[in-house]
Amino acid sequence: MTQPSLVTKDLTIRFGGHLAVNQVNCEFLPGELTVIVGPNGAGKTTFFNLISGQLAASSGKVVKDGVEITKMSPSTRARHGIGRAFQLTNLFPQLSVLENIRLAVQARSGDGWRLFKPVSSYKELTARAERYLEATKLTDVAFLPASALPHGDQRKLEVALLMAMEPDIYMFDEPTAGMSLDHTPDVLELIAEIKHDKSKTVLLVEHKMDVVRALADRIIVLHNGELLADGAPDEVMSSQIVRDVYLGKSGEAAA
Amino acid sequence: MTEQNSTGALIVKITVLTIGAALLFAPFLFQDVRSLEVAARICVFVVLVASYDLLIGYTGIVSFAHTMFFGFGAYGAAIALKQMGPGWDAVMVGGLAGMLVSLVVAVAIGLLSLRVKAIFFAMITLAVASVVLVLASQLSDFTGGEDGITYRAPQLFKTATKLAVDEDGKVLRLFGVKLNGKLAAYYFVFATSLALFVLMFRLVGSPLGTVLKAIRENEARAEAIGYRVVSYRTFVFCIAALAASLAGTIYAIWLKYTGPDTMLSFSIMIDILLMVVIGGMGTMWGAVIGAVLMVLAQYYLRDLMGAAAEATSNLPILPELLNPDRWLLWLGIIFILLVYFFPRGIAGTIMQKGIAK
Repeated sequence: MTQPSLVTKDLTIRFGGHLAVNQVNCEFLPGELTVIVGPNGAGKTTFFNLISGQLAASSGKVVKDGVEITKMSPSTRARHGIGRAFQLTNLFPQLSVLENIRLAVQARSGDGWRLFKPVSSYKELTARAERYLEATKLTDVAFLPASALPHGDQRKLEVALLMAMEPDIYMFDEPTAGMSLDHTPDVLELIAEIKHDKSKTVLLVEHKMDVVRALADRIIVLHNGELLADGAPDEVMSSQIVRDVYLGKSGEAAA
Repeated sequence: MTEQNSTGALIVKITVLTIGAALLFAPFLFQDVRSLEVAARICVFVVLVASYDLLIGYTGIVSFAHTMFFGFGAYGAAIALKQMGPGWDAVMVGGLAGMLVSLVVAVAIGLLSLRVKAIFFAMITLAVASVVLVLASQLSDFTGGEDGITYRAPQLFKTATKLAVDEDGKVLRLFGVKLNGKLAAYYFVFATSLALFVLMFRLVGSPLGTVLKAIRENEARAEAIGYRVVSYRTFVFCIAALAASLAGTIYAIWLKYTGPDTMLSFSIMIDILLMVVIGGMGTMWGAVIGAVLMVLAQYYLRDLMGAAAEATSNLPILPELLNPDRWLLWLGIIFILLVYFFPRGIAGTIMQKGIAK
């Protein structure tokens, strides 16, 4: 049996008296794509923040490949292979698209402390960045500042940044939110490709039910910060408790 | 694929290269004592402004302690030259001591406070700089207090030193310029400033430079993709402090005088801020343009106004307005106009122009 790549143990965060994530126990396997669903305010993004380190857990643990990362800063976690894309576009707006991606490549390769030779002389960095430009179909806009891109392209750049980090754990937070229908398949295809690489673990927060059905190996349901259900997609979607709190609403949306 | 090079960028680069050439030949182009003072001050301030731009323009760190580091370098050299007598050993000891103090203080401020919000960091640097300013004026046995310290520069830089003599034993002239110690001192200032500027220029174009820009643009995302933001900030704060300290040492050798007004005061801090804003934040070219314009205005605006007042002396009101004593008013007006028409600084705005489609 494969070892889980990512484990959360009793993961909890408290904002004042409010338990935003409450004792969540979960194991994620390499090669597995888990979709996290739940109504707004269920704690999905907070759960992501606890794993990638933007928030510090009140109690509980996050373990990556046997190493506890709970107390680490986001940058240290990133170097341990936790990669994260954000729900609200979170780029380097004045830098060009190529520079955005090159920064992620360079963080991965550890060249960030090189301070004398010009960036352009690091051909390998640029070459790798260009691969991700092509993969996300952003080559044509490589030299535009990120802020000049239309929303759909900014979302793609967000995905490109995550891919360029080449993490072990990919965390997508509503990657297709606000994206036009003709752009959505590009992003889903990229995620599917990552899934085919059996060594990677993918966590995906998503509302669109067709996306969930197409990609999910497993679904977990969060509700009021608690883990409500965890299992194969059919199983979870047909369970009564999930229908009550969640699928009643999005079932309509999907219909 | 090549990165775009706009016409605006080309104009800025040519301007800066012209300025560089003018500074290189300054002793021959402008043959009077005051011009050489201006040229040397420009050289030193280009380094000072460029190093400050590393913080405010490239990384988004607001510090009010930059003149403090400038002062450390200057006072280091001044005290060493005074105590040990004029010599290169004193310059080395003083310069290194200034850098060491700058480094220690920068690391301490950086590690203790670069984690906090920008505004608190700015306040902390202001507080530390104020303490140092008070110390410099109080420890008068050591620093000369408000009067500062006057000392002699190394032998090579004395005006009486002859670099080359003709057959009569008089100092040789090249294009009418005496090849004396003053010339050597100017070229020392020019060469060291140029070297520091080039080093900083390389730094901002390096992978590290892009990380700094990333931190300025989006600190949280820089952290999320794996850059330890606090380390990078502390590092660049130290680099900027060292560059400012060296600039101080260079200027102290040139002026042969170090005092709180010329090396430590907040009015210099304000000058640096104005130069960065006028030139354009986040571009090394801007540092050059800002420093040149500001220093020229400080030295020549009064003369210019005097001449203008003279020329308009038979008109009503105008000569009153153009009275040289009102030069600060006019500097203020020029500054407001510059900020209005060049919101990203002169270099920043012009370089943008070419790209805009």
